[in-house]
Amino acid sequence: MGVCVCVCVCVCVCVCVCVLMCVCVNGCVCVCVCACVRACVRVFTRHQVLRISAKDELQLSALRDLEALDHLQLDIWIGVRDVSTPVDIRVPAFSLSTVKSHLDYYEIQYSIMIRDLQVHDSIYNFQDMLVSENPNLVSKIVIGRSYEGRPINVLKFSTGGTSRPAIWLDTGIHSREWVTQASGTWFAKNIVDTYGKDQVLTAILDKMDIFLEIVTNPDGFAYTHSKNRMWRKTRKPNPGSSCVGVDPNRNWDAGFGGAGASSSPCSETYRGPSANSESEVKAIVDFVKSHGNMKAFVSIHAYSQMLLFPYGFTKSPARDHGELNELAKKAITNLASLYGTRYRYGSIINTIYQASGGTIDWTYDQGIKYSYTFELRDTGRYGFILPANQILPTAKETWLALMTIMDHSSRNSY
Amino acid sequence: MSPALMRVLRVVVLLSAVRGAPLATVTLPPVILEPVPLEPVAPVPVPSEPVRVDSGADQNISIPINTEQQQQQQQQQQQVSLDVDVMLTGELNPNHYPARRAAQVVLHHLNTRYGSPYWWGALRQVHKATAEALGDSGRKYSLEVTLQDQISGTKETCTAEVVFPGGPAGGPPQVTTSYEGKSEINTQAQEEALYNQYNTSQNLLSGHNLPDSYGHVAPGMEPFWHLGGVASSFVMLKESSENTLYNMAQVVSVTQLATENNQLRFNYDVLLHEMVSQEIIHWKLLASWSPQEGVKASQMELLPKCHHCEPPQEH
Repeated sequence: MGVCVCVCVCVCVCVCVCVLMCVCVNGCVCVCVCACVRACVRVFTRHQVLRISAKDELQLSALRDLEALDHLQLDIWIGVRDVSTPVDIRVPAFSLSTVKSHLDYYEIQYSIMIRDLQVHDSIYNFQDMLVSENPNLVSKIVIGRSYEGRPINVLKFSTGGTSRPAIWLDTGIHSREWVTQASGTWFAKNIVDTYGKDQVLTAILDKMDIFLEIVTNPDGFAYTHSKNRMWRKTRKPNPGSSCVGVDPNRNWDAGFGGAGASSSPCSETYRGPSANSESEVKAIVDFVKSHGNMKAFVSIHAYSQMLLFPYGFTKSPARDHGELNELAKKAITNLASLYGTRYRYGSIINTIYQASGGTIDWTYDQGIKYSYTFELRDTGRYGFILPANQILPTAKETWLALMTIMDHSSRNSY
Repeated sequence: MSPALMRVLRVVVLLSAVRGAPLATVTLPPVILEPVPLEPVAPVPVPSEPVRVDSGADQNISIPINTEQQQQQQQQQQQVSLDVDVMLTGELNPNHYPARRAAQVVLHHLNTRYGSPYWWGALRQVHKATAEALGDSGRKYSLEVTLQDQISGTKETCTAEVVFPGGPAGGPPQVTTSYEGKSEINTQAQEEALYNQYNTSQNLLSGHNLPDSYGHVAPGMEPFWHLGGVASSFVMLKESSENTLYNMAQVVSVTQLATENNQLRFNYDVLLHEMVSQEIIHWKLLASWSPQEGVKASQMELLPKCHHCEPPQEH
């Protein structure tokens, strides 16, 4: 008897909770049952994934015509090849009727593979996929659980060794900053794609490990999809208050309690009842401390187009202000080289505002010299709701800045 | 999302059973990120001049400045190194937040004067800034800024003065500038066309979530997104202080009312983002516009932050 691995995808047509039951029968056959628990009030279809079977050259040609229509914004998952290979296409809601009419006109058979694709769950799937496809480079570590019980996942990129000096990257600590989780996903794939091809990255990974936490605030992220696009904080209730959540970037043990954070649970910059009160923060603190060999720490936010270094809680310059400033200048110059995107740089407290209990103030005082925070695109036109056509450019240009910082850390051990 | 990225994220997971028992294969769908916008991609504006690196530090300035200024800045820095509550006076670092906040106020002022569905100004760069205390009358900033129309990308440099009134009554900042109006891009034809199109009692316009959660603005609605931004500047101007920095986060809804006195009129429901507190602040306002009169905002009303309320998500 071997081992059977069961993976099930469950989709609901309606706005309701999907109950997934996956049973391995006789160790060999997977049976998946999906039931919608709550009655459907309305059906909303956002994006569907269609599996299309062309039966002849005429139909194939019609499909190619469809693919060529840019304004439909189709995502081709499995492209048009021949009559025996189905074509999988993700169709945004606004293009569904056009696509289906086109298919019906040519009498092309199709089925709806996925009726309503949820973004935030799919990042978990992506992480698992990345690990399974690249087991010699990528592994996943669950460093803790969010308040609502979601796993807090960190991807480790390593070419071996034990407790190598490491670089930490995190995105999505403030859930409404969607360009960051998207960029983090791209960074992960880019590392896998360019290791062995990009000399600088390969040299870095031959000496150091990279840890990447993509969805640093998973409860908040889910909430931005389901209820409130502008949600920033965690989702932990505050006793004695009707207001929910703590600002995870004011909850660190650095200048905690001082000016630059709020003591009101209803505030977007509420520091929390105590430092590390949020499990999302504590998980990272524990991980960093037990790792003990972190050399660079970059926390990624949006928006404003800035590259910032400590301190946020005090005007006293960091001991390494000069070096951090010079490195920031190099990094944003490289960032700008791609599309001309202009960044400002400097200490947090000078460049943006006083902020206490911040992530990189803590990491810097732990001895992680190359501690930086990014504020990605844009400068306020779209703000938190950056359009999808800017995600890839943002990720790519930011990567150039990250490489500058990582390369410098790799060459300047301390 | 580009097809290239999609290919890159694509995976098919095949599960297999053992010993010839019937296979239950499940294809795991590839992962996606965000949906893509409807309209064709506009290229991200690239500055025509060589990229200028903005300095972020006081002591390490990439642009050569005379040593007298440098000395003055160093002195200032020493004076205020420990006490953040002391407001800086004299020459300010143009890339630090005090100058940037004052400059943002200038842009809100310019939008109230010159904004339209086809002209929406944003701060591009602060070149110079000084601040002085006016005793009881408050504080005055003198600035040289480059502003940019977010729609056409046209840039212009001007000088400005911002007075933040002192005293307990406070009051909105007072702004004067050397800006004389839009120079290059002529939006008159577009404005006339839009005005004529909507100057009707039939089919009054309405829309919501501009942009939507994914940064997508429904086709034909962009001018009303811009108009919302411009009208919001009236609110953001009057709400601004040295401790705030406002941007409009989203138009929640826009509903056209009947034209009155030849002005198109729209009820707007907007979310403003205040950067220092990080709050999302909900305002209602009535915007009126015509190509001749420009944009005016009235009946501005702050809506309370509702902690139990969950605004409808647009899908």
